[in-house]
Order: sequence, then structure tokens, then C-alpha cells
Amino acid sequence: MWFVVSLAVLAGLVLLSVTVGARAVSADEVLAGLTGSSRTVGEAAVAVRLPRTLLAVVIGASLAIAGTVMQGVTRNPLADPGILGVNAGASLAVVTGMAWFGLSAAVATMWVAVAGAAVAAVFVSVVGSLGRGGASPLKLALAGAASSAAFASLAVAVSLPRGDIAEGVRSWQIGGVGGATADRILQVLPFLAAGALLCAATAKGLNTLALGDDLAAGLGERVALTRGLAATGAVLLCGASTAVAGPIGFVGLVVPHAYRLLVGTDHRWLLPFSAVGGAVLLVAADVLGRVVARPEEIDVGIITAIVGAPVFIAIIRRRKVRSL
Amino acid sequence: MSTQQPPRGRVSVDAHPHLDAVRQDVPGTPSPGSTAATVRRIRRRRAVRAGVVIGVLAAVVLVAFTATLVIGERWYSIPDVVAVVTGHDVPGASFTVGRLRLPRAVLGAVTGFCFGLAGVAIQTMLRNPLASPDVIGISSGASAAAAFAIITLGLGGAAVSAFAIVAALAVALVVYLLAYRDGVAGTRLILIGIGVAAMLESVTAYVLSRAAQWDLQEATRWLTGSLNGADWEAVLPTVVALAVLGPVLLGQGRDLAALRLGDEAASAQGVRVERTRVLVIVAAVGLVAFATAASGPIAFVAFLSGPIAARLVGAGTSPLVPAGLVGAALVLLADLLGQNALGVRYPVGVVTGVLGSPYLVWLIIRTNRRGTSL
Repeated sequence: MWFVVSLAVLAGLVLLSVTVGARAVSADEVLAGLTGSSRTVGEAAVAVRLPRTLLAVVIGASLAIAGTVMQGVTRNPLADPGILGVNAGASLAVVTGMAWFGLSAAVATMWVAVAGAAVAAVFVSVVGSLGRGGASPLKLALAGAASSAAFASLAVAVSLPRGDIAEGVRSWQIGGVGGATADRILQVLPFLAAGALLCAATAKGLNTLALGDDLAAGLGERVALTRGLAATGAVLLCGASTAVAGPIGFVGLVVPHAYRLLVGTDHRWLLPFSAVGGAVLLVAADVLGRVVARPEEIDVGIITAIVGAPVFIAIIRRRKVRSL
Repeated sequence: MSTQQPPRGRVSVDAHPHLDAVRQDVPGTPSPGSTAATVRRIRRRRAVRAGVVIGVLAAVVLVAFTATLVIGERWYSIPDVVAVVTGHDVPGASFTVGRLRLPRAVLGAVTGFCFGLAGVAIQTMLRNPLASPDVIGISSGASAAAAFAIITLGLGGAAVSAFAIVAALAVALVVYLLAYRDGVAGTRLILIGIGVAAMLESVTAYVLSRAAQWDLQEATRWLTGSLNGADWEAVLPTVVALAVLGPVLLGQGRDLAALRLGDEAASAQGVRVERTRVLVIVAAVGLVAFATAASGPIAFVAFLSGPIAARLVGAGTSPLVPAGLVGAALVLLADLLGQNALGVRYPVGVVTGVLGSPYLVWLIIRTNRRGTSL
């Protein structure tokens, strides 16, 4: 039921996203634009907005799935690719590659970003889980915030000497879907599909993991394997997303929490719902960013942070300090 | 893990007020003298150590300050520099040293001192090294407001500082209120601060993206801090702020140290807890706001200075002045490094960011290892 509602909202937003912008276009022009025509200005605008909307859909879905899986794997309500520094790690890897190793090919960029995301994920989880009591939400969030700051300063340090890539640096500080083209979507799609499949395959295992490692192992779950597969899937999703859209935070935090209220904690339901919800959130944020500051645009990375940070704060406030 | 205890790991936190209490008891009583003598000896040794540390740090700041004036694309001799600083006209050097390097050096020293002093005051008050103004969003608030005032509204000078200080105080209040639930727990305050900081950094990024074009220098200034473009107009408000608010903060040093024991223990020692807390918050946030309005939120200086200073002066001595000096030295040295040593000119905030973030990670690792709550 909620699934149908979410899909309907998504469809409506996609239409809105294609229609609304610096220039409003008529329904006829939308239809003509969708069939590939670009004779009038309006139809041309549709042709530009279509890939942008599609990119927002796939990135939103990917980040939300990644966030859901991370929250499941770490049993941590504050987990999110942005907060845990995974997106920042991917950014740093790409910037370093561009500045020092002449990285430019799109597919190679994806691999580098995924590798950076993986290194960052391992680093943050190791730092966050040292010491007594393992990885508490507080430790992980702090380790993530510290690492994000470290990666961000390093990325600036690496990119500043290179005036020629300075323009590109902006897209590594603020995430956005403005520069979307059909080609880039096609390049990123295999990575995202692989990541999503891995995550989907571990949905049942994540339910068992929620009971605690000991109980899960007692029920015959191969805890390390499930965790590894799920984390790999999440890393693929965030790395590739960051490679095309830059660091976008808080989508992976907000969406799973919202849908847990609606559909419960079963990951087999939660994952597909979160995917649709993430797409809804990112398309909505993109439309909002184009509407509120006309004729200029606000990048989605900014909107999601402004919308998402209050949710982050609300989650912290709702939980007792002792469990943090 | 319980979170509302004062940190246990370090003696420095607890020793000082205890010994104060001992001393207040001892002189009147005809005790055998050995305890009193020991206490007196320890106190004297501490005073000597603090004096030495402050002296050495002041010397480091002075050397770094002079080096900032001397070193650059063109080097000037120390007599030339001294002549310029004392108001004589030296061909060539007068412009470069007097108009470019001197404001830069003064701004670096003053903002560094402000960040260090304010950082250690807030860390002490909240009893947590992670609760520094740059981690819990106060610097981000000042930075967002200053960027908004300068870039969007086209203001300058005192108006920018006013924006920054109002925003920083508002952020401090909001973070405190959001973290308040049957008392403020340090961990909750830090996490909420991180969330607020993320939001405010987005606002800064938005303000910057609305500017005519993405100017990386300007962006770097408001995102990580930079001394580029320092002039007297920017320096003056910060100097005045330090001259006014610095003594206020230093005057609270003793009560602040007592607060580390907890509110009850402090008020038992005669500290007016609420008054001290309000004074410290307003003064420290004011220092951060003025400094940020001039130089941007120079990354991690407020966070780093306190722990470094505490380590240098050791247990039981007020780290306020040493932390300010450490801050000034950090900014000046990092700026020297960024301007001259690396082939490319890096803004100071990038240098301190790269140096400071590993320390932040290490601090988290060390705290986790020890098993104490943060």
C-alpha cells in the first residue's frame, strides 16, 4: 500500500521535475521532449532535465539503500554514507586521482571512487570500534565526522595547486545532479546495479544481524560473510554515486528512519521502500533547489543537508544518552 | 558507558582545586608541616613550570611573528623590518612589510590567540576536549554569517563582526537548548553540534555558490580559514575584542578550573556557577566570532590549542594563557609553512586542517582505547 503511494509520489515528482525549472514548459512540450524532439526551447529544456531527473532518481535510491544497509550492518541509527565519511573518502580519492595521476576516464573514476569509499569505510569502522564496548553509535559518528574533516582538508590541499581542475573542485565540495548526461548515467548504472543486488541479497541476513552477533551466529547466520557482502554493496553504491554527483549527505540517514516508522524493520521490505523513498527525496530536493532561488539553482547537496541535519538532531534527542 | 562524570583519566583535571582546598585549610592549623610543605613545594614547582612554558611559547610566537615579516618572496633584514614597524620609511620595505605582512602577522597572532583561548575555555567548561567551538558548530555559525554579510549583503568592517557574533551566540544557544534534557550531557551536545555544523557549512556553501563565480580563495577562507587579504580594517575589531573579552575570560580562570569538578563541588567552593558559565560562554563565543569574521574559521586551532597547552603546562595549572599562545604560534607557523615552504601558497586553514585532523582521529582512538567515555 505504502509502496504504491511512494511510487505515485515519485512519478508525480518526476513529472514536476521535468516541467519545473528556470523556464516552465507546457504539457505538450513535455510529451514532445520525452519522445526525443527538441525543436522548441521548451522541448530542449525537457531534454536537459530528463537525464538530470533520472540521475536524481538513481542516486537517491542508491544512497538510501546504502544508508539502510549501513544502519543494519553497524546496528547504528546514525549511520549514513555522509556522516561516516565514506562519501568524503570517495571524493578525496577522485580528487587525488585527477590532480596527481591524470585521472579523467569516467569508468576509471568510478573504480577510484569506490576504492576510496572502501578505504574510508574500513578506516572509520576500525577507528570507531577500537576499545571497550566495540562500535557505539557515538564513537562511529565521531570517527566519521573527524575522518570527513580530514578527507575534506586533504582534498582541498591536493586540489589547490592545480588551477586547471579548480572548477571541478567545487563539485567535490558540494554534491549536485546538475551536470547529468545520459552517458554518465549509463556508466554508473552497472556499479549501482551490482551494489543494489548485493544489498538485496543480504536483506534477510541483515534481519538476523539485528538480533545481535551471538544470536545471529546461533541461528546459523554467517555473520562476517553477511556483514562483508552488505558493506561491499553499500560501498559500491556510495562510491559510484559520489563519483557522478559529488558528496550528498543525509539521504541515507533520513529515508530509512522514515520508512521504518511506516513499514517496520524487516529489511526485505525496508530496502525497496527506502530505494523509492530516496529517489523521492532527492528529486524533491532537486526541484526545490530549482524553484526557491529562481533563476538560480541550489545544489541538492545543500538542500539535503539543511533538511537532513534536523532529522539527525531529532534522532539524537530521542535516544537516551546512555545508549548513545 | 556513562557520560556525565568528569574525565577520570587525567590527574590534571582534579588535582588543582583539591590542593587549593588543602591550602586554604592548612595555613591556619598547626599541622606538623610536612603536608603543607609538600603542597607548597608542588605549587612552587608548578608555578615555575608554567612560567617557563609561557616564556618559551611567547618567544616562539615572537620568532614566528618576526619570521612572517622577514620571509616572503623578498626577504628583508631584521633592522629594515624593525625600522618599518617603528614607523620609519624604508624604500620598498614600507609597502611590503608595513602594508602587507604586518597586518597579516598581527591578524594571525590575534586570531590564533582568540581561537586558542576561547577553545580551551569552552573545552574546560564542558569537560570534554571534543567540545571545541569548531567541532560543535559555533565557528561554522560565525563563518556562515560573516560570509553572508560580506558576499550577499556587501557589508564590511564592524557590521560583519556584528553579524558573526549574533549568529555565533545564537548557534551556541540553540545547540545548548537542543542538547538540554534533564541537564546537558557532553556527548549529546557534541553530536548535536556536529549536526548543526553540517547544516551551517551547507549554508556557507550556498552563500558562496550564489556569488558571481566560484572563487576558490574566497571559498577556502569561509570554509577552512585564511589570512589572505588581511588589512587593518579587518584586524582592528579582532584586536579590540581580544583586549575586552580576553581579560573577562582570564578573570574567570580560577572559577573555570573549579567547574571541572562538577557544578555542586564548584558551588561548594564558592563559585557562582551560572554567572561563571554565562560569562565564559559569552566571552569565548565573542572571541571566536570576531576572529572568524576576520580570518574565517581557521580549522582545528581552537580544538588543538587546549590539549597541547594542557600537556605543556602539566597538571593543575590554568591552561588559558598557554592555550592562547599555542593558538597564535600554530596560526603563524602554519601560515609561514603554507606561504613559503610548499611551492604553492596554501591558505593557513588548509595547513592546520591537514595537521589537525589526524590529531582529532588520534584523540578519538586514544579515548576509545582507554575505555573511558568521551
